[in-house]
Amino acid sequence: MRAWLTDKVNGGLVRVFLIVVGLFWLVPTVGLLVSSLRSPEDMNASGWWKVFSEPSQLTVDSYRKLLENGDITDSLLNTVLITVPATVLVVVIGSLAGYAFAWMEFPGRDWWFLAVVGLLVVPVQVALIPIAELFGRLGLFGSTLGVILFHVGFGLPFAVFLLRNFFAEIPRELLEAARLDGAGELRLFFRVVMPLGGPAIASLGIFQFLWVWNDMLVALVFTDADSQPITVALQTQVRQFGNNIDVLAPGAFISMVIPLAVFFAFQRQFVSGVMAGAVK
Amino acid sequence: MQSATGAAKAPRHRSVTGTRKTVAALFLLPALVLLGALVVYPIGYSVVRSFYDQSGDGFAGVDNYQALFTDDGIRTALKNNVIWVVFAPTVATALGLIFAVLTERVRWGTAFKLVVFMPMAISMLAAGIIFRLVYDQDPDKGVANAVWVGVHDTFAESSAFPKAHPGRKSPLVAENGGFVTGATVRAGDPVALPLVGVAPDQLPDGAKRAVAARAEPGKVTGTTWQDFTRGKGVGTLGAPDPDELGYAGMRIEAVEDGKVVASTKASADGTFTLPASADGARLRLPASNFTEPYNGLDWLGPSLVTPAIIGSYIWMWAGFAMVLIAAGLAGMPRELLEAARVDGANEWQVFRRVTVPLLAPVLAVVAVTLMINVLKVFDLVFIIAPGSSQDDANVLALELYRKGFAEDQPGVASAIAVFLLLLVIPVMWFNVRRLRREVRR
Repeated sequence: MRAWLTDKVNGGLVRVFLIVVGLFWLVPTVGLLVSSLRSPEDMNASGWWKVFSEPSQLTVDSYRKLLENGDITDSLLNTVLITVPATVLVVVIGSLAGYAFAWMEFPGRDWWFLAVVGLLVVPVQVALIPIAELFGRLGLFGSTLGVILFHVGFGLPFAVFLLRNFFAEIPRELLEAARLDGAGELRLFFRVVMPLGGPAIASLGIFQFLWVWNDMLVALVFTDADSQPITVALQTQVRQFGNNIDVLAPGAFISMVIPLAVFFAFQRQFVSGVMAGAVK
Repeated sequence: MQSATGAAKAPRHRSVTGTRKTVAALFLLPALVLLGALVVYPIGYSVVRSFYDQSGDGFAGVDNYQALFTDDGIRTALKNNVIWVVFAPTVATALGLIFAVLTERVRWGTAFKLVVFMPMAISMLAAGIIFRLVYDQDPDKGVANAVWVGVHDTFAESSAFPKAHPGRKSPLVAENGGFVTGATVRAGDPVALPLVGVAPDQLPDGAKRAVAARAEPGKVTGTTWQDFTRGKGVGTLGAPDPDELGYAGMRIEAVEDGKVVASTKASADGTFTLPASADGARLRLPASNFTEPYNGLDWLGPSLVTPAIIGSYIWMWAGFAMVLIAAGLAGMPRELLEAARVDGANEWQVFRRVTVPLLAPVLAVVAVTLMINVLKVFDLVFIIAPGSSQDDANVLALELYRKGFAEDQPGVASAIAVFLLLLVIPVMWFNVRRLRREVRR
């Protein structure tokens, strides 16, 4: 009886605790969303929570102004133009290498693979100055291609690591059967390995997509005013935070919409990508 | 984890296709070229560059490394990085563990996990903007201070008249932060306690037009009000005019020989009444009426900025710890927990003696991953720390960016880069060793 009672009380406490923590985690984001839906005048006059007593304050004016702002829309487009190729390239190049490491024979194969794994934890900061100098010489500095290449380079160790391990699990018989049917190396890769690697490729794709979409540092160094993504466009406004809240709040929210949509749509793949990347 | 630990009894390393080496090379070429040019070459370049001076022409020996320990900016960054590496991973891992264990006991655990994990999906820039808002100094804007001030004011009363002071011809003189009448008061003789200096929008919401108090036999009556009317020479000094508002809620004490004999609060029109015991005393408006309102903590000021930003990091990454630990929990042998319970262990003992030790490897992986991640933290500091306290919030990754791209000191910046790389080499070695065992089978 007493144990039953303590169980009930503890269960109640656990619930209350988790609800409080959950609110704690939600409030900051709700604050941003509400702030993006108020006029700058209202933002200056009172806290965003006032909106709950005066719902009439809600307005999409900031969003309308933002979408009429050419700099912001251009930078959003740039984000897409950087993220999509950087993701596709990492998946394709990573798959090719992952397959070679898993199923081809060549001297020093395992050592090469271990070397790639070693590169997993290299901080991007190490490459900023050397690559800036290199891109300067090659005329890639400030170009979209430059940023894409950088993201591909730093996305590859994880891609190769993840895909090689996944491809190695493909049953040998499947590959041999396809081989006996006369499939060549390329056909084997595109028709058998890539489709079977679907789950791992999805995890990798989502992971890389979010990684590049959310990046600010690399783009801050390598893009110029014409090629900058949304993160860089927004950070220029941060120095005057109070005055630019009507750009920053809706801008930040718009930049979050796609990652959040991807996150909610592909939670499982995202989680398995995160777990596989726990060493990155 | 997607691992390579398969049932590989047959020698799976033999190629099924009898690959020629050229084909293998073609499959590998794009990846190896990009990795070589974009990851390996920069490591070498940084190491070499760190031994040359800022222009890159002269050999500088270890000067750039010496700067790591002598340059004020870098030293602050180093100190802050130590704080980051010690606190951020531990707190995030601890919270992740608590959340993972507790969510197993409620039906809506998945929903909770989703909420806590969600910040992982957004950019550090967006998180930075979110927390810049949270930490706004003004309690009417930043939710952190709104809550903090709310809690504070529940326990300590705030005052309504911070800047009030006697104007010309006021009977009041300053004393210990408050004001006291120069002369004693008498029952039946209304007192005027005029002050000036409260901004109109700062007056208490209920304040009404001030009226002169009526004399009451056997009682001390009076008015305290804002003796100021906009416009030069308008109204009379020392008496309430039609546009002047009463100091609603002002606290008034009657003091005799240093002791408070009676006290009251002014009503909305500024009038007050004290009992006969106040007869012959001086009236005092105590200091509590005039203290500055509490404005909360300066979250982004020099002393709190690093803990504040660490807080935002934990908001982003506790979910990561939670999800990995929850996966570890799910794979734990339940019989062990049940056995411990049957043996009479309470929940805390089960947690402490069984769950945590069994999870130790997972906890280690989570903590190490977070440490590597924390070493590289840049965006959050760059965005959240305002210009005025960015020096105090400095971290190595930010200092590297500043030295390399704002202050044109690529030599020092390269030394910082090499230093960061050295810090992650143990993890690199650990990863390779762990994988070598798997690959070699």
